[in-house]
Amino acid sequence: MTDLYLTKHIREAHSYTLGFYLKQGGYGALKKALTMTPAAVIDAVKASGLRGRGGAGFPTGMKWGFVDQKSGKPRYLCCNADESEPGTFKDHVLMERNPHLLFEGCLIGCHAIGAKVAYIYIRGEFAHVQDVLEAELAEARKAGYIGKNILGTGFDCEIHMHRGAGAYEAGEETALIESLEGKRAQPRLKPPFPAVEGLYGCPTAVNNVETLCNVPLIIEKGPEWFAGIGPEKNTGPKLYCVSGHVARPGTYEAPMTVTMRDLIFDPKYAGGIRDGRKLKAVIPGGSSVPVLLPDQLDIPASFDGVAQAGSLLGSAGIIVMDDTTCMVWAAENLLHFYKHESCGKCTPCREGGDWLHRILGKIERGEGQMKDLDLLLSVSNNILGKTLCAFGDAAATPVLSTIKTFRAEYEAHIREGRCTVPAPWRARTKAAAHHA
Amino acid sequence: MSFHPAMDYGRGRHQSARALPDTGPAFVFTADRRAKLEEICARYPADQRKSAILAALYLAQDQQGYLTQNAMRHVAEAIGCTPAQVEDVVSFYTMFYTRPVGRHVLQVCRTLSCALMGAERVTEELANALHVRPGETDASGEFTLLEVECLGACDRAPVVGVNDHWHECQRPEDAKALIDGLRAKGAASLTGCYLAVEKK
Repeated sequence: MTDLYLTKHIREAHSYTLGFYLKQGGYGALKKALTMTPAAVIDAVKASGLRGRGGAGFPTGMKWGFVDQKSGKPRYLCCNADESEPGTFKDHVLMERNPHLLFEGCLIGCHAIGAKVAYIYIRGEFAHVQDVLEAELAEARKAGYIGKNILGTGFDCEIHMHRGAGAYEAGEETALIESLEGKRAQPRLKPPFPAVEGLYGCPTAVNNVETLCNVPLIIEKGPEWFAGIGPEKNTGPKLYCVSGHVARPGTYEAPMTVTMRDLIFDPKYAGGIRDGRKLKAVIPGGSSVPVLLPDQLDIPASFDGVAQAGSLLGSAGIIVMDDTTCMVWAAENLLHFYKHESCGKCTPCREGGDWLHRILGKIERGEGQMKDLDLLLSVSNNILGKTLCAFGDAAATPVLSTIKTFRAEYEAHIREGRCTVPAPWRARTKAAAHHA
Repeated sequence: MSFHPAMDYGRGRHQSARALPDTGPAFVFTADRRAKLEEICARYPADQRKSAILAALYLAQDQQGYLTQNAMRHVAEAIGCTPAQVEDVVSFYTMFYTRPVGRHVLQVCRTLSCALMGAERVTEELANALHVRPGETDASGEFTLLEVECLGACDRAPVVGVNDHWHECQRPEDAKALIDGLRAKGAASLTGCYLAVEKK
């Protein structure tokens, strides 16, 4: 059994409470970090090789190092708990079952960048998770881990919750900041980057929940220990979310040496395809990344390993599709998401997403023409790289990648005027009966 | 509006779906909600009360069920911004309602992981059981059925959000049971989150 660090106790009763956390040695890393200089904390995080777990995989220590210390303005830490990439549900597990690990990570982060306040931006749909976090924040405050003169060291730090209200785009760091300022969650033009001008125009670091949860481990056990887990440049424990047509969907912790195939087929992880069906395709990193085929899975599920196979690890949301899945339908489903969630700021994404969804809908209904495939590619390529944030690329990717990999399926759809893939859920849908 | 040279536009496209929210009855926060709002405002720097706008809107929606123009004006006064800035925010986020909704708002996740597990059928059965189309409130005024995008519970698909609670692994054939359960026992009939082992 692999050693677990982030999720070891999540199944135990009351694992979210302060008492339970302290019994496991909780807040020990904070004590240690407060004896170190901020620069030493940042150096430790740099040496550990920790890369951001939100999707981009940017080195966390470097991000903290960029936070402007000379401006004279207050500095802020924002924890991105807006987890809304389809197929991703790891941060939810950490927040609901191990919230003090996150608080400890936030406090150490604040010490490192010199912030007095951290905001945890949680998505509006996680109301029940927020209840847990608010209650535990109050406990930690009462016990003197949050607030003024923490542990008698003179370090002041507050952590506040901020609830979003249903916007995928708020997961983008500058859009998150806009939303925190009480505006629409729309991204900003970069530069300036948040490290220079972020929340309220002040230097800000924005980090994912899982990223911050790794920080106390690095401080407590040392950067060398952390760097020793997993392959080079892909260090530390990692959470994977496996969903879709697998026997045991769920969140699994493993070092990044684990292969994609093991995550999907090993009984200790997702346990293979359900109902004895065959694997057709895998989206390895949340819905925004290119699909992988069954013969591409013998790769380490690391940032670099998945990138070498032509996709991205992203948020490690692994969506598994069996041979009953129609890829045109899947692409249409995802484009409905991107059409709906586009913030509307950049024209290529706002208009293009809608076009892509409508063209895919036409093909899915059996009314497509061969020239629509070129149109799909043309629209996608006109979104790709032409928007302020990565959302545009995310919207174009499912179309480009499924056409590249499953072009024959699209063509069959158009030629036959119906779906040629046996899809039990669809076939049983009365609304879809006329073209099933 | 922009055009793609090869795009088939058809008719009736690109019409704005914007409708003005109801004016509604006069609206003022109850004393305890107002106090709660001030408590939340204190989390932000003194000159950044606007940060509390989402929280203020949640409180207004909690008080009245949905957001009216009068409610938005009151929120603007309480926050210290213009009503237009409030409507700007309300119209962007999906969790604010500008039309009355039922006591139970059923939000079926429709995004890929849930759809792979049959979310379309769940919506269809719930719609049949309530005699509504997605987006509508049933005749009793008790249930509103919505299709929403990824709720972040993909490992317990298909998931249905009911107000602020979760109901996991909803099967199409159990649509009636879900509705009857809510009628009889309210949120207590829902599965809740599987991680909350203490409540099992």
